[in-house]
Amino acid sequence: MDHIAIVGVAQTGYEAKIRNKTNYDLVYEVTKGVLDDAGLSLADIDNIVTVSNDFMDGRTISSMAVGEAAGGHDKNISTVEGDGTFGAFYGAMRVLGGFNTTLVVAHSKGSEGSLKHITNAMFDPVYHRLIGIEAISASAIQANSYMDRFGLSEESFAMVSVKNHQNGFNNPYAHMPLNLTVEDVMKSARIADPLKLLDCSPVSDGAAAIIIANEEYSRRAKTRPVWIKGIAHCVEEYFLGDRDLAVAKSLRQASRKAYEMAGISRPVDSIDVVELYDAFSYMEPLWLEGLGFCEEGRGPGMLKDGITLMSGKLPVNPSGGVLSSHALLVAGLARIIEATLQLRGEAGSRQIPEAKTALAHGINGPCGQSHCVWVLSSEQ
Amino acid sequence: MVSTELGYDQLLSIAFSVPMPYEWSVGVYGSLFFHEIMNHNRFLGVRCPDCNKVYMPPRRLCGPCFKELDELVVLPNEGTIEAFSIVNYPFVDPNTGEQRPIPYTYGYIRIDGADTIFSHIINETDTRLIQVGMKVKAVFREKELMQGNVQDIKHFEIVNP
Repeated sequence: MDHIAIVGVAQTGYEAKIRNKTNYDLVYEVTKGVLDDAGLSLADIDNIVTVSNDFMDGRTISSMAVGEAAGGHDKNISTVEGDGTFGAFYGAMRVLGGFNTTLVVAHSKGSEGSLKHITNAMFDPVYHRLIGIEAISASAIQANSYMDRFGLSEESFAMVSVKNHQNGFNNPYAHMPLNLTVEDVMKSARIADPLKLLDCSPVSDGAAAIIIANEEYSRRAKTRPVWIKGIAHCVEEYFLGDRDLAVAKSLRQASRKAYEMAGISRPVDSIDVVELYDAFSYMEPLWLEGLGFCEEGRGPGMLKDGITLMSGKLPVNPSGGVLSSHALLVAGLARIIEATLQLRGEAGSRQIPEAKTALAHGINGPCGQSHCVWVLSSEQ
Repeated sequence: MVSTELGYDQLLSIAFSVPMPYEWSVGVYGSLFFHEIMNHNRFLGVRCPDCNKVYMPPRRLCGPCFKELDELVVLPNEGTIEAFSIVNYPFVDPNTGEQRPIPYTYGYIRIDGADTIFSHIINETDTRLIQVGMKVKAVFREKELMQGNVQDIKHFEIVNP
């Protein structure tokens, strides 16, 4: 693969309701921010990828409303409807395909629509939608499948919530840093068994942007480039009932491809820090298994053994993760941004010392129907 | 054995007619625009310092200049018809859920002093009495009924036809 790099990053703070800003405002602010970060001007950007969802925005062809704010006047703009990691994947492909630079920008305001309606609308209208299943209840089924298969406890998931909300205090952008105990999580309201309120991510408003550049333009940018060493995504069946929810099959496949591309054979030894899409507490250990950091059913053990703590061998979600801030679509791009900041050595009080290789991960569809994996490095 | 015979009228469909709720932020400039209507029965625009274009309603950016805009300008409640269409098919008003009376005239109106064009209803549905280039004036809702949205303007009416 040609050498391509992330040369700029920007994100808004994440909040429950950003009343004084429209999606247009949010997109403009991170577009301006990412250009400033990279030290590039709009003239250096030759194509733009926006990431949006029409049901979230309540607008047909939602991307059309933010093109101008993304600096897209008279430029080549295209759109990905899905998580930001997938938008960034497409942006990387465009640079590999001959563009010098791609600006990728994602936005969402969970405060403006009804997430239960919107995520219910992910499902098949004939067999699933009318029985009311949506993101939380589907995830509860996945959590139960996972617990049942491997004999896992709710407490082991609660520990993830405790860790990530605590890590959130080190991230100035986080929506919900919290000082919690396992008991707090266990005693929080039961939303959908086995998920309690504090097992679930908040719904946030926010936006994020990155610039991906080819080798030549990575030298023009003022930032230290973060090199894209391996990227892959993979999708599973649409119907939940066709899938084994206790095993992240498509993540296994996507991560193997990304590792192969990056020349990594033992990820647990090669990767210094992980930012993954923990929309619910149980997802972190399940995705760690899919990513090949441990055997199936052993994900919760990585936290019990202290491996995924800030101080551990493989810190996971030092930013506080999605559990601390969850702007839909944006959250995956935020994982790439956090990984980039780690590799630039600019992650402030959440910095993992001497991080050289980082993994960022995003999901799309219910219960991680598709996964996108990024292996990034500070070294070309 | 299960029979696969099925009459055409036995094929099923699923009806879904519940609207999804939204609450969209209007933003700072949009809020100022509607407050100006509510307080003074007039419009606001914003000027780009680079290309001098006046956007109405006001917005945060000039797209071609990629310039952030902050020079708000007060605009009158009058303008010129740039284009129009008399619409004759039924349309359910998204605000009320009721059918809007037909025909109605959809107008493309340049407010005096603005470079962009505003869209609203013109209360003239007779093609013999309306033409491009005519001056129109905004008719506002009674102050106590205003809600801070585009329906605070009832319609535009032709001035001195």
